[in-house]
Amino acid sequence: MKKQYDVLIIGAGVVGNAIARELSRYKINAAVVEKDLDVSTGTSSRNSGVIHSGIHYKPGTLRARLNVRGNALMTDLCRDLKVKIQYIGKLTVAQDDIDVETLHSLKQQGEANGVPGLEILDKDQMQKIQPGVGGIRALHSPTTGIICPYGLTIALAENAQANGVDFYLGNEVNNIVSNGQGFTVKTSAGESLSASVVVNAAGLYSDHIARMVGISDYSIYPCRGEYLILDKRLEGSLNVLVYPAPRKGGAGLGIHLTNTVDGNILIGPSNEYVNEADDYACTAQIIDTLKKEGHELLPGLSTSDFIRNFSGLRPKQTPPEIKGFKDFVIESRDDVPGFINLVGIESPGLTCSPAIGLMVRDMVAEKIPLEEKPSFISERPGIVGFFNELRPEEQADLVAKDPDYGEIVCRCEQVTKKEVLDAIQNPLGAKTIGAIKYRSRAMMGRCQGGFCLPRIVQILQKDFGYRPEDYLLSNAGSQLFTGRVR
Amino acid sequence: MNTIKHDVVVIGGGPAGLAAAISARKNGCKDVLLIERDKRLGGILNQCIHDGFGLHTFKEALTGPEYAQRFIDEFSELGIESMLNTIVLSADGKRNLYASSRKNLTRIEAGSVILSMGCRERTAGAISLPGTRPAGIYTAGAAQNFINLQNIMVGKKVVILGSGDIGLIMARRMTLEGAKVEGVFEILPYPSGLARNIQQCLNDYDIPLSLSTSVIEIHGKERVTGVTVAQIDANYRPVSGTERLVPCDSILLSVGLIPENELTRGAGINMEGRTSGAAVDDTFMTSVPGIFSCGNVLHVHDLVDHVSSEASQVGEYAVRYLEGEIKSPDAYIKIEPRQGVRYVLPQKISGIRDFTLSLRVTEPMRDRAVWVRDGERKVARKKMARLHPAEMIRIKIKKEKLNDAKVLEVAVE
Ligand SMILES: Cc1cc2nc3c(=O)[nH]c(=O)nc-3n(C[C@H](O)[C@H](O)[C@H](O)COP(=O)(O)OP(=O)(O)OC[C@H]3O[C@@H](n4cnc5c(N)ncnc54)[C@H](O)[C@@H]3O)c2cc1C
Repeated sequence: MKKQYDVLIIGAGVVGNAIARELSRYKINAAVVEKDLDVSTGTSSRNSGVIHSGIHYKPGTLRARLNVRGNALMTDLCRDLKVKIQYIGKLTVAQDDIDVETLHSLKQQGEANGVPGLEILDKDQMQKIQPGVGGIRALHSPTTGIICPYGLTIALAENAQANGVDFYLGNEVNNIVSNGQGFTVKTSAGESLSASVVVNAAGLYSDHIARMVGISDYSIYPCRGEYLILDKRLEGSLNVLVYPAPRKGGAGLGIHLTNTVDGNILIGPSNEYVNEADDYACTAQIIDTLKKEGHELLPGLSTSDFIRNFSGLRPKQTPPEIKGFKDFVIESRDDVPGFINLVGIESPGLTCSPAIGLMVRDMVAEKIPLEEKPSFISERPGIVGFFNELRPEEQADLVAKDPDYGEIVCRCEQVTKKEVLDAIQNPLGAKTIGAIKYRSRAMMGRCQGGFCLPRIVQILQKDFGYRPEDYLLSNAGSQLFTGRVR
Repeated sequence: MNTIKHDVVVIGGGPAGLAAAISARKNGCKDVLLIERDKRLGGILNQCIHDGFGLHTFKEALTGPEYAQRFIDEFSELGIESMLNTIVLSADGKRNLYASSRKNLTRIEAGSVILSMGCRERTAGAISLPGTRPAGIYTAGAAQNFINLQNIMVGKKVVILGSGDIGLIMARRMTLEGAKVEGVFEILPYPSGLARNIQQCLNDYDIPLSLSTSVIEIHGKERVTGVTVAQIDANYRPVSGTERLVPCDSILLSVGLIPENELTRGAGINMEGRTSGAAVDDTFMTSVPGIFSCGNVLHVHDLVDHVSSEASQVGEYAVRYLEGEIKSPDAYIKIEPRQGVRYVLPQKISGIRDFTLSLRVTEPMRDRAVWVRDGERKVARKKMARLHPAEMIRIKIKKEKLNDAKVLEVAVE
């Protein structure tokens, strides 16, 4: 690869990749540098996957503007990138008169932000949309949607790469030197990359990266949200997203149920500050709380429906004493020109990502002339979704064309060998078990890989020559095995 | 799409499916098809290279593959048709199956269907274990697959959570392969595996078993570095002050098996909460006429011998159904678990034939009797010196004993 770039993007989350994909339209050299062995290993794969409408943020803030714009851009983007998205809408539910007032002010705020289609519904109208839903009134936002967050992030990255962006995975940036004309970025893997513009999209570590160029006034306070994932058996229990009306003193949007585009339901997220930016542990206490909430919100839930727990970290700019929200920081400062910082991109950062891409493009354009390249391909090859979502006739056709489609490797999610092979041979070259999981959905079902992990290990050994020590779950040090049986 | 027709279609080629297919053939059906997703028959027995199989059926202690082979040989000698490397994706209530293989997608119209898909293991997520999710966490069965079938070691310093039989077997296996098993931790006050496995797999190798103790947190960012274990009180809460850190590089989970009933549910078959299997009558027929269930997909067995004998009966009933001899009666006699009984199977009977009642007790007990009653009237009684949830109890009941009972109640007294 070139080592000499116009733009270097640090961080391969949804934000970094949205920027990379936007810049890949132009005749410049760009690269993404990521510390982990795959893209989307941070906050971008650990969230609710909701495409928010934009009712929750104060008019005039970056969050409000980027949210509404990002939401609108998502339709075309997902069509081009073959990413599943469903605008299923959301009900924000009032239990009492004070809540109803809140709904009215949310509606007003949303309209000021330019959110289309907002309506306050009475009980009957609410029941039509979601039978059995409680509450006296609800604010319906039809543009709220759901998406697979890592699906989007991976798709953005692959499309960026197809359009010429280089990816340096497993390269933790540990030193940045500014030389007046630009920057030299050194990584843990020994790379030395230079660029005239550097974009700091390092999420939870954006304060740390900024400090490398002498900017010390950003601080990130990780705030953990834990979730439980429910079995697909419950798919169809919810037609829309249902949130309680926000109340004074409540942090975040409260624990609720969220459908995923793949048919699972999430319970969560919780809200606790933690000390480390990689403390993804789940706690007994929160697990209990989530289960209790789950049973209340979803009658018919059984204990065997919990298939996994996980957590994500919000990159908050406010410390635990203060809580609350601060607007996103997206800026290039006079003290370090050419260094663009994205700090505190917490919710709704996923929704905002395409709009952030455009905003940063404009900031880059102030430094480097951007000329569109005719060779840009906006579409990603392949099918939307997975083999098991196709109709039997379509499946039969695929099997007839390629027998690897006929061999099911992951029984719970019915993932075919072809999909697993495609995931193994992903264009970004990510080699971990996690990379296969997030691309193919193998190991994501109710048996959590009990059945298919041994098969995938066998495929990697037979077809790709893996030795026992080559299997990594996610990062350096996450070896699956300790060697051969003696 | 390719469409085929068969009289009896068996889904799953483990011990249940093999015995069912063989029995269907021997009971006169010439058109039996067995579908197996793996490349060979035998199911989970293929990775169970320890011995202790077949003590009842063959009066010998065979290894898993040896036990399976006897059935596979008979299956082949009878010329029964099988489709390997083929997975049934869905079934409907009209006995249509969709199966996928490297060759094609096939629709199969079946006269009768025998569900024998086995079970899967409960995972760390299913029991919502607190802590991180680094590499080094395996279900005992997956670890068994890696070690016995792929020659790969999953860890060197091992903690085993749960005392199910596969966990016990793996404690011994890991030790034999040079790993140090730090201990087996069981949340219940009694082991959930068979007594003989406690002796032969743990005691004989000085592996400590801690009862009323569980892993309450997993540590490690990339690879497991240890677990916190603690004593657990009667309400399943950790007893504070008893926490201790056990350094280890891997955790094997043996915390229960879950019958693999996705196809069953998809076909609209009524399920039984206590067994997590289909609700069946005395012919092992489910709520959908012509669809039968047997083996671990119906209820988790502790001995393969019981699986084979249950499945043999089912093979016969599936053929009798085709011959029109099995019809749903006007009214069933219900069988209900009472005091001391976790589940009974079948859940309802026609009353027109002898049957075997299978049941498990709720907790270990001594010197009790299992009673089967029709109101005040004794229908059957089995005295036992030792009753344990790990050991399935079977009681044969003659139809003459039923009189015109409406409900049979089963209790330990
Ligand atoms: C619990 C929770 C729920 C959320 N729900 C929603 C939602 O429903 N809808 C919504 O729109 N948004 C939601 N969000 C917000 C959304 O997930 C984030 O805004 C978004 O993912 C941020 O993306 P990112 O690219 O900035 O961060 P990340 O995905 O964290 O990416 C940063 C990347 O930088 C890399 N990096 C860090 N340091 C270095 C270094 N030194 N060298 C190289 N690489 C480095 C990291 O490894 C990481 O890959 C939620 C967030 C949380 C925590």
